[in-house]
This record gives sequence, C-alpha cells and structure tokens, in this order.
Amino acid sequence: MTTVAATAQVAHGHHDDRPFIRKYIFSTDHKIIGIQFLFVSLFFLLLGGLLAMQMRWQLGFPGKPMPGGGILPETMAPGGVILPEYYIQLVTMHGTFMVFFAIMPLLVGVYANFLIPLKIGAHDMAFPRINMWSFWTALAAGLVMLASLFVPEGAARAGWTMYAPLSARHDYSGAELGQELWSISIVFLGLSSILGSLNYITTVINNRAPGMTWFRMPLSVWALFITAILGILALPVLSGAAIMLLFDQIIGTHFFDPPAGGQALLWQHLFWFFGHPEVYILILPAMGMVSDIIANGSRKPIFGYHSMVFAIISIAFLGWIVWGHHMFVSGMNPTLGSSFMVSTLVIAVPSAVKTFNWLGTMWRGNLRFTVPMLNAVAFVAMFVIGGLSGIYMAATPVDMFIHDTYFIVAHLHYVLFGGSLFALFGTIPFWFPKMFGRLMSERWGKIHFWLTFVFYNCTFFPMHILGMAGHMRRIYDPTQYDFLKPYQPMNEFISISAFLLFATQIIFFVNFWYSLFKGKKAPQNPWEDNGLEWSLPSPAPHGNWAATPTVYRGPYEYSSPAVTEDYLPQYRKLPTDREPAMAPVAGH
Amino acid sequence: MTHATVDVMRPPYPTERGLDVYNTKLGMWVFLASEVMFFTALIGSYIILRFGAPGEWAKPGIVLNIPITAVNTFLLICSSVTMVKAYATIADGEGHFFRLRPGARLSERLDFGVKFWMLATIVIGASFVSIQVYEYLHLVHRGFLPSGVREGSELAELVANGTLPAATMGLYGSSFYTMTGFHGFHVTCGVVSMAYLYFTKTLRGKYSQQDYRGIETIGLYWHFVDLVWIILFTIVYLI
Repeated sequence: MTTVAATAQVAHGHHDDRPFIRKYIFSTDHKIIGIQFLFVSLFFLLLGGLLAMQMRWQLGFPGKPMPGGGILPETMAPGGVILPEYYIQLVTMHGTFMVFFAIMPLLVGVYANFLIPLKIGAHDMAFPRINMWSFWTALAAGLVMLASLFVPEGAARAGWTMYAPLSARHDYSGAELGQELWSISIVFLGLSSILGSLNYITTVINNRAPGMTWFRMPLSVWALFITAILGILALPVLSGAAIMLLFDQIIGTHFFDPPAGGQALLWQHLFWFFGHPEVYILILPAMGMVSDIIANGSRKPIFGYHSMVFAIISIAFLGWIVWGHHMFVSGMNPTLGSSFMVSTLVIAVPSAVKTFNWLGTMWRGNLRFTVPMLNAVAFVAMFVIGGLSGIYMAATPVDMFIHDTYFIVAHLHYVLFGGSLFALFGTIPFWFPKMFGRLMSERWGKIHFWLTFVFYNCTFFPMHILGMAGHMRRIYDPTQYDFLKPYQPMNEFISISAFLLFATQIIFFVNFWYSLFKGKKAPQNPWEDNGLEWSLPSPAPHGNWAATPTVYRGPYEYSSPAVTEDYLPQYRKLPTDREPAMAPVAGH
Repeated sequence: MTHATVDVMRPPYPTERGLDVYNTKLGMWVFLASEVMFFTALIGSYIILRFGAPGEWAKPGIVLNIPITAVNTFLLICSSVTMVKAYATIADGEGHFFRLRPGARLSERLDFGVKFWMLATIVIGASFVSIQVYEYLHLVHRGFLPSGVREGSELAELVANGTLPAATMGLYGSSFYTMTGFHGFHVTCGVVSMAYLYFTKTLRGKYSQQDYRGIETIGLYWHFVDLVWIILFTIVYLI
C-alpha cells in the first residue's frame, strides 16, 4: 500500500469519460450528489428566508401594505396587506422549508455525502445508486412542498409541527390540497433520509481505509455517523405519523380525530418522538464540523477527543427520552413531566463538555481567524446562548410561563441560525475548494460574517424579551393586545434588523456564485488541514484516490514536534510509522 | 455457472476491518432497523388508540374472517421455510433433496434446488398478497371501510343491533387497513424484488457458493416481513 502524500498522478489516473447527464445529473458520485444537495438546499434556504421577511413585515408593520406585496394574489395579500390565513401559511412553510429542506439537507445531505467517503478514505459510498435515489427523492419531496404554495387554497396552515386535529381535518384548517401535499412531501422526505442514512452508516462501518480506526475518525465523521443513526431510527416514525395524517386527510381514517375516538395528542407524541432526535440531527453535524474547523484554526489538537466522541453519543442517546418537554402544557401528568425535565437537563452535561472542549482547544492556540474559523467561533458563542435558553424551557415551571411565546422562537433560532447556520457559513467556504477547486473571497466572507453576526443578534436577541412579555408565537397582529403595544417599537426594530440580515445574505450568495466561476484557484491543501480529503487535488476527482490511501494517525495532529510544519496529515508517513496491521481474513 | 475467484461472502479486507459482513447485508440490517421503527409507530399507535378508545372494541371474528387469514399466515410462514431452503441449498450446499438422476453433480443439484425454492417462495408470497386482496374486497363488500362502517351495509346492521360497538368502528377500520395494508405493501415489494432477482440472477445461474448475496439479503427482508405479520395477526385478528 502506498502513501498518497504525493498525489499529482491521481488527477490523470481517472480519465472521466461519463456523459454529462451521468456525470452531473443522474450521478452516483457522492461528491456530485453532495453538490446537488448544496444547490437545492441553498435555494430552499433563500425561499425560507423570503417567507420570513414577509412575516417580519406583518409583525413590525401590521396592516400596512408590504413593499412589493402587490404581486401576491388577492387571496394572500390584497393590496399588499398580508391576510391572517396567508400569515399562518408563511409561519408553516418557513418552518417546514428551513428545517426539512434547508438545514437538514445542508448539514446531512451535503456534508455526509461529500465528507464521509473523503474523510475515511473510501472511493465512494457503499451504495452509490441508493445514494442517487436519496437525492432524487428529496428533490421530489421539495418540489411537492414547493407546489403546495401555489394550489388554490394555499399551503398547509397548521404550523411546521402540524398539530392535529387542525392539520387532520380540512374543515378546521380550511386548506385541503395544501395540507395533503405537506403530508405527501414529508413521507418522501422520510424515505430520502432513510436511504441516505443507511448508506452513511454502512459506509462508515465497512469502508474505512486501512489505519482509519474508529478513534482516528475526525469528529465530523463521528457526528455524521451518529446523526445517521438518529435519522434511520427517527425518520420512519415521522413517515408513519405523516402517513396516518395523510390517511386522515384523504381516506377518512380517524387516527387524530377526537370526535371519532382518535387522539390528537397521539400526533404530538409521534411528532416529537421524531422531533427531538431531529433537533440533534440539525445540530450534531454542525458540532462535528465545527470541531474540525476549530482545531484547524487553533493549530492545536482538539481538546478531549474521546470525551467529544462520547458527548456526541450521549447527546444522541438522551435525545430519545426527552420528547415530552415539548408537551409540558398539553395536559401531561406532572410526574411524567418532571422525569422529562430531568432527562432534558442532563443533556446540558455533554453539551457543556463539548463547549469547554472547544474553549480548551482555542486556549493559547495559534489562532488563525479565517472566515471558517470566525463562523465556527460564532457557532460556539451562539450555541451557548441557545443552549442556556434551552435550560429555561426544560424546567417545567418556567416553561409553563414561556411556552409558545417568542422566547421559544428566540431559542430555536439561536440554535438553528446561530448554531447550525453559522456552522454552515463556516463549512461552505472551508470545503468549497475541495468541491469546486476555487477559494471563496476571504474579504467578502469577513464582511458577510461581521454584518450577519451583528444583525443576527439584533434580530433574535430582543425576541427573548418579547417572549418574557408574553408575545405569542404565531400571532398575526401583536398590536391587537394592549399589553403588547409598548413592545411594538421592539418588533419594528427586529423587523428592520431582519431585513438587513436578509440583505447581508446577498453578499454570501454573490461571493458563492462569483467564486464558483472566478474565484482564486485553490491549492491542494489551502487550510493546511490534516484530513484525508486534502491529499486529493482540488476539486477531488471522480473515484477519489487511484489507490486506497493508508492512515497513520489521528486527525488532529497540529503543532506536532515530530515535523517542522505545524500540521501532520493523517496520510503522511513518517519514518517511525508502521503500516496498519490488517486483520486476517476471517474464515467463518 | 460462474466460479468467482474471490469469495465475496467472506470478504478479505481491502479496508479497515468493519463488521465482517459484506455491505449489502449490513445495509439490509440497518434498513430493517428503520422498518422496525416504522411498524412500531403504526402498531404503537394502534395499541394506544385501542386502549384509549371511547368504549368496547369489536370482538375478534365478527368483522374479520379468521380462518382464511390463519391459512394465509400459515402460507407466509411456509414461504419463510422455502426461503431458508433456498439459502441452505446455495450457502451450505445442501443438495440431497434433489437427486435428479443418480450421479448428478452437486453443482447441478444446487442449481436446480435454488431455482426451485426461490420460485416456491415467490409463488407463495404472491398467493399471500392475492388472498389479502380477496379479503379486502370481501370486507369492503360487507361494509368495512378505513373510515368505519358503510351506511346500509351488512356490518351497519350488526352495529345497529348492538353486535358491534358503534363508537370504535372508525378506529378499527383506520388501524386495520393501515397496518395490514402497509404489511401487504411490504410483501408486494418483496415479491417484486425476488421476481426481479429470479429472472436477472437466479435463472441465469449467477449465484454460487462464493456469491449468494442477493438471496441472503432478500431472505433477511422476507423473514422480517413474516415476523411482522405474526405480530399483526396476533394483535389485529386474534386479540
């Protein structure tokens, strides 16, 4: 087995003569599938943002005609003034698009596909064709969801959590086709995630390169692997629930229909039994990739590698036994509520382990504040705020007071935007060179980061205060309540910050597209990183390596005294390194 | 019949040692884990709805035809046996069942055996689905629908005279059709997959003692579907 420190021959090793449609459209190459997920989910991210802007207009300036709102049909916004039934569609579809079609595919669809084989030294996924189907099923789900915006009665209206019986009965929700398309889309999405996850799990278990032992895997791979386990077990429950909901909607079953003996609370249990592992599906990959970036940006080994791994595993395990904390005010037995409270509070322990390990990694490191590093550090800071506000809501007595207020909106945006999305603003430029062979602009990246950081906090931090004041979560017009009137200036401030935050993202999109075609050509290892993927030319060729690479050490050997450089890649063979001992061929 | 030089069932390790099984088998086990969660969602919901139902549940045997389903259950279990026979024929070289003619070579016997047992599994699986379709048609004819009992049907009279509880018939129909329907869907997928493998691989002699991955993997799926049915038959038809 040869080392792949010098891989210049690889680019010529694979002459890729597949036709265009096999290469870029119906591709089975894990890197192309990751890139396909990237483009599709960035589109949905933009769409979800546009929906949020309309909500913010209505909340900041209720009853005033929205600029450009004239293009919306009479049934949504006559004269540009948003109607209540359109507003609830905005709330529902913003949540749905962002959770299921932006953040989840961005973290899992893009990076599990792109990174897992590259980081463990595999030539592709275990099941490349199933992987392709996973993308096309996800795209079909996205298109169905997109189509539901344009059907006569409008999109689904029961919030992204689709609580029954509002979602199950058309005479309650007032939207027939929109609700049904939501359920159909989610069933497809579940299928896509299951196909993807079984691929990631099999690949990580069986296809690691020689020497890539479990505890030499980068934390990003660990996190994506554990996330895939969550996905394979949680998504089928959502699919089952969505199928029951769909049957309630189209063939008149009574699962969630109380007058006929069904149980509306059953939906909440099924949804949150899926939903809480889903929360960790949305944050664990971000944590893993941020760990890689922080170690790289600090030029130090990650602090407490094993404790990081076990923290990921324990967060994932605890995620299964906490779903009741979403339902404290649903009429749950208070004793049961307290057990959910305790299990939820326990999650703070592994989360804090991770946070302190990140701080320990940066402590006295030789920090390089590149764009990925800036965003990764912002991830840590924002995740701490979001995590601490999570503890408020985990405590049943406090949750009774702030349940379904803007406090929860602030919390979930601190973990989903402040956490996951900041991580993505770090990971996209970090692995951009390996995807496209070019670097994104550092200067515009930094401008984008600082503006986003400021406007993001201006947008979401005041929501904590609004929530404490009793501002309801999905309220259409806050000015209709006297007790909320003094807070209207704050709502206006949030809205203006949100518009500026959205405008700032134009910088990111321009930087992304410009760099795609005109960016600086990337060297093989622009970040001086240790991962196996940097042994390949940029962009990584089809089939990855000409010969399977060999791994000699863990992924975080920065500032090692053994070499003069401050990084020591996993694939670099030192004279003292031995070839990994291969297991004998089993004869069972 | 091809004689591969590499025994893919017991792979040597070009990679770091994983779980000592080939990818397709591991992938199928992982997929079955997700299937367990899917059926758990459906069956768990049924249990919760039934125990929380506003009144009595219909007594077994009034609506559903238990004898015909019992025969169907027996058929499906038989198909698991034939599946195992196919596996044993190809994996362990258990060819003594087929002594075509005295002195027939083992490979011939194995080749015929795997074709026979796979065909038997496909035919029995297809019979199960056919009987289930017949059962559904019959139930709908008697007025049993996913939404409950049809007005003016035979079952509606039983509801009217108090033999069947009015309050829970809707839930009964919802859970019965959803659970057994999705099981039937899984059996259908299994039959289609096996038929596909039968024509593309089994008949062409693509399986050998060195490579019978398709048979082992679809076998895992088939036994899982069988197991789910045994649970469903018990809790939906018998209890």
